[in-house]
Amino acid sequence: MYSTILSGALVGVSAYLVSVEVDIAPGLPGFTMVGSLGPEVRESRERVSVALKNVGFDLPPRKVTVNLSPADKRKEGSSFDLPIAVGMLESMNYFPEKATDNILFLGELGLNGEVKRVRGVLPIVRQAAAMGVRECIVPKENEREGAVIPGIHVRGTSHIREVFSYLSVAEEAQRETILPALSLSAEELLSGQDYPGGLDFSEVQGQGMAKRAAQIAAAGFHNLLMVGPPGAGKSMIAKRIPGILPPLSLEECLEVTAVESVAGVLEENGGLVVKRPFRNPHHTISHAALVGGGSNPRPGMISLAHRGVLFLDELPEFQRIALDALRQPLEERRVTVSRTAGNVVYPSDFMMVCAMNPCPCGYYPDRNRCRCTEPQVKKYMGKVSGPILDRIDLCVELQAVDVSRLTEQPCEENSLTIRERVLEARERQKVRFRDSNCRFNADIEVADINTYCHLGEKEAAYMEELYKTLKFSARAYHRILKVSRTIADLEGKEQIEVEHLTQAAYFRPSLDYWI
Amino acid sequence: MDREEDCKWGYGLDDQIRADRLPDTEILPEGMKKVRREDPEYPGRLRNIPDPPKQLYYYGELPGEDEPSAAIIGARDCSEYGKYVAIELGRLLGQNGICVISGMARGIDGISQEAALSVGGRSYGVLGSGADVCYPRSNRGLYEQLKCRGGVLSEYAPGTPAKGYLFPPRNRIVSGLADVVVVVEAREKSGTLITVDMALEQGKDVYMVPGRVTDKLSEGCNRLIKAGAGILVSPEDFVKELWGDSKMISPKREKLLSGELGDVYNALDFTPSTVEQVWAKLGGVYTEIQVASLLMQLSMQKEILQVSPGYFCHKG
Repeated sequence: MYSTILSGALVGVSAYLVSVEVDIAPGLPGFTMVGSLGPEVRESRERVSVALKNVGFDLPPRKVTVNLSPADKRKEGSSFDLPIAVGMLESMNYFPEKATDNILFLGELGLNGEVKRVRGVLPIVRQAAAMGVRECIVPKENEREGAVIPGIHVRGTSHIREVFSYLSVAEEAQRETILPALSLSAEELLSGQDYPGGLDFSEVQGQGMAKRAAQIAAAGFHNLLMVGPPGAGKSMIAKRIPGILPPLSLEECLEVTAVESVAGVLEENGGLVVKRPFRNPHHTISHAALVGGGSNPRPGMISLAHRGVLFLDELPEFQRIALDALRQPLEERRVTVSRTAGNVVYPSDFMMVCAMNPCPCGYYPDRNRCRCTEPQVKKYMGKVSGPILDRIDLCVELQAVDVSRLTEQPCEENSLTIRERVLEARERQKVRFRDSNCRFNADIEVADINTYCHLGEKEAAYMEELYKTLKFSARAYHRILKVSRTIADLEGKEQIEVEHLTQAAYFRPSLDYWI
Repeated sequence: MDREEDCKWGYGLDDQIRADRLPDTEILPEGMKKVRREDPEYPGRLRNIPDPPKQLYYYGELPGEDEPSAAIIGARDCSEYGKYVAIELGRLLGQNGICVISGMARGIDGISQEAALSVGGRSYGVLGSGADVCYPRSNRGLYEQLKCRGGVLSEYAPGTPAKGYLFPPRNRIVSGLADVVVVVEAREKSGTLITVDMALEQGKDVYMVPGRVTDKLSEGCNRLIKAGAGILVSPEDFVKELWGDSKMISPKREKLLSGELGDVYNALDFTPSTVEQVWAKLGGVYTEIQVASLLMQLSMQKEILQVSPGYFCHKG
């Protein structure tokens, strides 16, 4: 007998529906699987037949054929075990008619019949809801992940027996008691997490300029570079940046959760991710791990940092090839991973925060401690390629903190106060960009810069003077304008003023000092 | 002449460093001259030092017999303060027709020579490599200028590459050619102090630029002051003491800055300081952000120097 079961598969962070067709017919006994299958999908033959045997269903001595359609797309992952098992049971006539109609199944099977967690539940459930599927049966551990999608019943199961009894019952009310549908309101999840808490800026003593830079960066989503000796507080500041960023919108939450779901790094029983991601890869990271890759592509660190902060500590220590791979994603805010099997696009709209020492020993220009020669300093700085520095809007230099300041009572601004200012600046940007694709000041295109960063007569003359005396590049010119726009937003000014331009110029990253 | 050519002549590099055994028919690179100890043009000052070089290879000229001269030497990786003093001193000497003798190295050496040349003075560079080898390469501009506004000299054969062990011996020529030796910045253990030893052995006067007690880069100088070396109180004072009235005093650097710009300017010195340090010095009259933009304005007016993204200091 023949049956068709709905399931889904991933491409990048989006999904498509797959129909699992199972046919059990008289003939030479055997089990064949077709449909452009990856090795782990092929292995599901053994898992399914053993699991079914172990829960008490004897496979008939017949010819079993399984096809995953569309057959020309390569399928990966272990989530087809459950739909194949259900399809076989249906083909053996265990269920009433149309019991499996309009239900999507996902899950990996253990040999004892338990259903285990899989990757990518959120994007698949989302796609299913969009295609009008009525309900989904997913592993218990992935239940909360799928449950945030409105308009679809998501039921979690931990054993194939439960699925069997659920499908064998015809009555709706009785079904509900076996596998109750879970529904989570995304709005509620979001509002409960308004302020993320955790690390607070008031714990950072001194470093006023660096904190100011972090604040500007957060308000305009600018990339930030911090240069300073070891122990100055660079990492401390970086780790506190997600706390002052505006909260994720529902759409952003879904994007972030989808990436984590596809990468398989979602917390166990984790639902919607409502916190801005903060990723700090170690500097030995390979370029494939950073931007995403592998023969069976997975999202890299930059996609996991989507809508959040990517913190690159010890920037010059990163492999040159890894850093240079960041250029395109930084520009386009998404990354294309190309493999023979096809292209996959992952989102990568992140805020890059980098930290580095100014020289190999870390203490330049303090000549009392630094014994590095000038060529050494230049060489160390030169490890960060110009094109990467070109994409950084703000640069700030930190100094070692005085012991006396460390012992002082904390009287610094806390993250909540800073965040309020950032939120106000964010509101101004929302109004400004209501008719455009930009979200933050950092996204302003060169063509639109005069529209959004308009300068008065006095300011334009001042900017020209800055341009001449500080001798910066055309790219730096635009960056200074964008940053000064954010500074004006932070101070609640409609017009960019001389003061804002000076500050933006102070924070400009300049290659002159280093290379 | 280069390394290959040396090999053709059959000399190992190391045993002919001082080129004692080069034949007189030696072919020199274009423009290079050679003078031997027997020759009348050989600098008289060098005849009287212990272990005078057997010959000198040079571009440009040799220092004149009556030409007043001072050696300015110091640390390669110097501070902004050292840079400032080297520039002021080099300029003043250049304006007074006193030639600057130094090693054309990175840091104090090159900076003082460049300063002397910049005001039309003369300067001589004594190299630790062949006179045709520009080391360090970053001083190429200075090297070419020295050829026409003074000289580049070396006791080593043309083509000799720069090697660490060649530098200490050349220091005796630096001090030998000078009437007086000034040390701008030196650490406790510094190559500069080798030159000081040689200068004392040759009976030259040695002057030190004093530094702050806390500055490691001035430890060597301060220690020698304690041991009895001369103190350079100011460039003008130094020139007056040695050569009588100085002809031109370098323009006084009085800043006509007032108000907030003046406050911030006065809170700075030659040690690179961050915004936080300046702000702390001002005692919280202005906010950090204000200090930062005042500093930016000052550096735009070229009153101060931004040495790296977050550090500012007075300009030399």
